[in-house]
Amino acid sequence: MRDATVVAAVRTRRETPMRQIWRRLKRNKMAMSGLIILIVLILSAVSAPWIIPYDYAEQDYDARLLFPDKEHWFGTDNFGRDIFSRVVYGSRYTLFIGVVCTSIAALIGSLLGLLAAFYAKLDNVVMRTVDILIGIPPMCLCVSIIAALGSSVKNMMIALCVTSVPAFARIMRAQVLTVKEQEFIEAARSIGASDLRIMLKHILPNSLAPIIVQFTLGMVTVILMSASLSFIGMGVQPPAPEWGLLIATGRAYLRDYWHMSILPGLAIVVTTFALNLLGDGLRDALDPRLK
Amino acid sequence: MDKELLRIDDLVVRYVVDQEVVKAVNGVTLGIREGRTLCLVGETGAGKTTTALSIMGLVPTPPGKIAQGRVLYRGENLLEKSDREMRRIRGREIAMIFQDPMTSLNPVLTVGDQIAEVIQIHNKLSKKDATVRAKQMLELVGIPGDRYDEYPHQFSGGMKQRVMIAIALACKPRLLIADEPTTALDVTIQAQVLELIKSLKDELNTAMLLITHDLGVVAEVGNDVAIMYAGEIVESGTVEDVFERMAHPYTRGLFSCVPDMDAETDRLPTIPGLVPDPSNLPNGCKFHPRCPVKTSECEQRNPGAVELSAGHFVKCVRYQHR
Repeated sequence: MRDATVVAAVRTRRETPMRQIWRRLKRNKMAMSGLIILIVLILSAVSAPWIIPYDYAEQDYDARLLFPDKEHWFGTDNFGRDIFSRVVYGSRYTLFIGVVCTSIAALIGSLLGLLAAFYAKLDNVVMRTVDILIGIPPMCLCVSIIAALGSSVKNMMIALCVTSVPAFARIMRAQVLTVKEQEFIEAARSIGASDLRIMLKHILPNSLAPIIVQFTLGMVTVILMSASLSFIGMGVQPPAPEWGLLIATGRAYLRDYWHMSILPGLAIVVTTFALNLLGDGLRDALDPRLK
Repeated sequence: MDKELLRIDDLVVRYVVDQEVVKAVNGVTLGIREGRTLCLVGETGAGKTTTALSIMGLVPTPPGKIAQGRVLYRGENLLEKSDREMRRIRGREIAMIFQDPMTSLNPVLTVGDQIAEVIQIHNKLSKKDATVRAKQMLELVGIPGDRYDEYPHQFSGGMKQRVMIAIALACKPRLLIADEPTTALDVTIQAQVLELIKSLKDELNTAMLLITHDLGVVAEVGNDVAIMYAGEIVESGTVEDVFERMAHPYTRGLFSCVPDMDAETDRLPTIPGLVPDPSNLPNGCKFHPRCPVKTSECEQRNPGAVELSAGHFVKCVRYQHR
């Protein structure tokens, strides 16, 4: 007993599960590079209006269709707008849409999954609806929803939420079903805890790991789909510098001035790649079997 | 004579799984008096845990079904209470310690928070006061109070079991149900934990239902004992009655299986045969296929309990004709 107290005293900070997970994540170099890229992205998105060298809508007819150079790091488009500024400013749309849609989907999906796993009567209704939604190809689903509601950013976000909810519902339900059978849940019942308390205090914290992983990976899908939807004109409308739109505007000039489409495309690639690395790293760090 | 705190009357619990009916508990009658320890002894599959869960109202009711019987706690039938009323009883009046300490604690909450939880569910205390009381409980079970903020994985098996004991006794329940609390621990720790349970329960005058398959534990801690076989109580009485004047052939068999350090033996004695499948129980006396002294009557009818002396009951055909 003496030794244990000595060891505990040496590790003066609380050995919370979060600190353990963070330590394991730190060891994964790929995941950390993903995290760093994302942090840079978030910082630049937040500070975009102040750090971009040119106004993203400012047109300069003397500097049209320039390739990347000292003045314009990513070159200019057919209206003479600086592409670097447009890409950096465009990250705001990407991040906003990605984070908001995925968060709302995570909240709704987790709630549905939790309730479905707990109350057998809801289970069938919820999961069959989820099955139907998953069965429809996501792009078709989004296009249908936007066609019904009208082309706007708000409606695109609604459509993206709807497509993201099923994955969260399924994952949460599977986790809750497993956690529910563990002995400490029975122990919690034996001390008189109500269903609500058990759900929120005992089951939920033990079910979050795969949800967190799905969050990062779900964001990837949302970002790619929002870029695709904007590309075909069903999401963010021009002249907003959303990355998908930037690729679309560059299409007509693809053969001679490829930088207009490729560079925003590269931004999408880097972002989704970073998210994927982080998601994989989180999945490994959160895996209880590796403890 | 102490007042009777808990009385189980003719409890029958069945599980229905895939068309098969598992007869887990078949007419169990037993009583626990205030402050006394009743040891429920039996092999695996005898129905001990189901009996305990029935008292707590924790038998999962889709597969499980309480077919008949009463569980009288201080005169009130617990089986008739609503879920809400039971939640007020669980943890506060009747508390339970589970068998495996490794999985009985929530891994993402600190041990202190888990003790404070039961205090907060049943008392209107602020978080600060609950924390103070929880630290007191930790000290009471022999764990330094400043380990409040540590997580279950930072404790050994024996210490985790102590935490469970702290949680169970935090609201000073009148009845403690301990389901094989030392089975998962090694022998030296077993002794410590038993000693702790015994001293705490004496201090708080808590009655205890101790489920075990270890007769040594019964001798250490028990006041009364009930021997369970295939969902029935085949013999019950004070520890002295059953240990010194054992009546049922199964009880005799159990005792003869206890290895004797001084005797020179090549093979340990056993009770021939296996515990019957609860979905396919034998007719008449459930022990008769394995009984060394069975008669033809044993196959035909299941005897009721006979009182051999004050408080000493046995269910065996051989004592029916006295």
